[in-house]
Amino acid sequence: MLRSIIAVAALALAAFGVQAQTIKIAILGPMAFVQGENHWAGAEMARDEINKAGGINVGGRRMQIELIRADTNEIQSVPDATNAVERVVTRDKVDFIIGGFRSEAVLAMQEVAADHKKLFLGAGAAHPLLGVRLDQNYDRYKYWFRVTPLHVGDLVKASFAVLGVAAERFRKDQKMAMPKVAIIAEKAIWTEGIVKAAQANFPKMKLEVVGLWQPSAVATDATAEIAAIKRAGANIVFTVLSGPVGIVVGRQMGEQQLPAIAVGINVEAQKDEFWQAAAGKANYVATLDTVSDVEMTPKTIPFYKAFRERFKKAPTYNASGTYDALHLLKEVIEKAGSTEADKLIPIMEKTVFTGVAGVIEFDKRHDLIFGPGRVTGLGVQWQDGKKVPFWPPQVKGMQPFKIPAR
Amino acid sequence: MLQDILVTGLVNGGVYALLAIGFSLIFGVARIVNIAHTAFYMLAAYCFYVLLTKTGLGFLLSGLISITAVTLLSVICYRLVIEPVREHDAAVLIATIALALVFQELMLFVFGGNYLGIPSTLEGAVIILGVSIPYQRLLILVVAAVMLLAVWFVLYRTRLGLAIRATANDLEVANLMGMNVNRIAMATVAISVALASVAGVVVAPVYVVDPFMWLAPLVTMLAIVVLGGLGSLKGSLIGALIIGYVEAITVFAVPAGAYLKGAVALLIMVIVLLARPEGLFGVVFEEER
Repeated sequence: MLRSIIAVAALALAAFGVQAQTIKIAILGPMAFVQGENHWAGAEMARDEINKAGGINVGGRRMQIELIRADTNEIQSVPDATNAVERVVTRDKVDFIIGGFRSEAVLAMQEVAADHKKLFLGAGAAHPLLGVRLDQNYDRYKYWFRVTPLHVGDLVKASFAVLGVAAERFRKDQKMAMPKVAIIAEKAIWTEGIVKAAQANFPKMKLEVVGLWQPSAVATDATAEIAAIKRAGANIVFTVLSGPVGIVVGRQMGEQQLPAIAVGINVEAQKDEFWQAAAGKANYVATLDTVSDVEMTPKTIPFYKAFRERFKKAPTYNASGTYDALHLLKEVIEKAGSTEADKLIPIMEKTVFTGVAGVIEFDKRHDLIFGPGRVTGLGVQWQDGKKVPFWPPQVKGMQPFKIPAR
Repeated sequence: MLQDILVTGLVNGGVYALLAIGFSLIFGVARIVNIAHTAFYMLAAYCFYVLLTKTGLGFLLSGLISITAVTLLSVICYRLVIEPVREHDAAVLIATIALALVFQELMLFVFGGNYLGIPSTLEGAVIILGVSIPYQRLLILVVAAVMLLAVWFVLYRTRLGLAIRATANDLEVANLMGMNVNRIAMATVAISVALASVAGVVVAPVYVVDPFMWLAPLVTMLAIVVLGGLGSLKGSLIGALIIGYVEAITVFAVPAGAYLKGAVALLIMVIVLLARPEGLFGVVFEEER
């Protein structure tokens, strides 16, 4: 009897010991969807690399990373997302939170993380309010850092630069002084600022705006919009699309033989699956992206190749962002010698970290600093079934942007 | 612009008509509130996608197998889910909502939330009045016309059609006259789901396949059938064309309000119902069951 009690006590102590040697990190994302799959895949890669190299050195003690996979189901339900955060904090007792995708959900998840004073590294949502909240109440929201993507304001700058590349090709190849641009933006809060900026700035960029079309983000048909854009004589279609309508527009532009190319933000076109989803009809569609097999930093190509080899597909920004977030966290914990959020925040604010999609440095709102030498994003274009990077020009490995022959 | 509206409205109206025929039969004629109708359309699209892209069976064989398999599934679902509660409309409504959600979650589990594309059966496009129309959409128009004729023939030229209309008019009397009302209802469900499956096979290549693709057409189909008038196939066709044209006019007249096209179509439906509660070509049932 006594022997049994001792054995049970020893096992309990051993279990406690094992538990104490791990840092628990929740990976939050819509796991049934591409975004969540990528969050998890990026996290698994980083965890395996860090644990294999001996874990994280916390003040002289080596600790392994333990990931908790939490399905937020945020594409379908915002309450499911906040419940997932509550669950990982209160039941799983995680130390850190990484992930999120849909802005509406992440805004709510940010509140729960702030309530529990948990460090939350965002890896998916672009809404500016996530950072603006730090201006409004720093002490409450300081636990939030946006590792990816750029916030909407910087996405505008990057997408205009990508559009500029397309316009320049039309000017050079087709001798057009003012290429005609149709704006097609899904009706959503995040597109409002971009649409206003586009309408105000395109004439200054020597682009003639022929109209604005705003379908629903989940529209299954855009034939009428495309017929109208064709009638307006557009050369370029500036897209501001995050939903499945991005696939519909890409495919139906090809089917209806629209003599124009799509450039801008098309989140669906960032995925490897886009070409298949558009049934191979979306040639020349170009979009702002985050990571490709070009040397944005010395880490980009090794990460990209390792990811492709392991998961048999290219990473999305959710994967590279989550991967970077874990490595960034390791660096900051090791500098602080602690896992306490309040000790990590000042160090995180000062850290300059080379990630796979750029050099990460945070501004006062804990948003990424945008620009050459930091994070710029990447322009990619679908050319005969392959996603080809073409911008920014200073990065090695960029290929020419193509426009169809007239 | 006028020619754009004329052609785009007609083609999109044809797509809606094909989707609406089966729904008109089950909801408008047989009066079975099968909310899972468009979920069967989704299942057929997935089935077609798998057979076409993973097994290489070809368009015709993949289409035929998909339509047959989904129709058989609907018969099983009828026996297990609808028949036991057939006499209570509210229970049928709730049971078929549950059925649709089960199908949705199953597809989400198997395929994930990824958007899938089905290659067009017919590649290329034709220019009509300066408007480029893909051949696949013309195929949809033809199939919609054939299906409409076939359903009209079954309903008005066969004993089965007479029985379907009789049970729709008065279930109890049809039963007292010796009709096997359950078998007739099952046949109606099977025919309407077969039509939904045809739509899944022919229409899905112009849309994107995903686990939630059944929701948007369900609302549009309800609007078309109610607008055209319950019990009228002709009304469904006209309703589909009206919705197609209203959407096209909205996009061309108010480009920045393109997202409103669905709402405008539903508003038209409400206005028609206020002026004519039985819909445009509706049959006035003396006693609603």
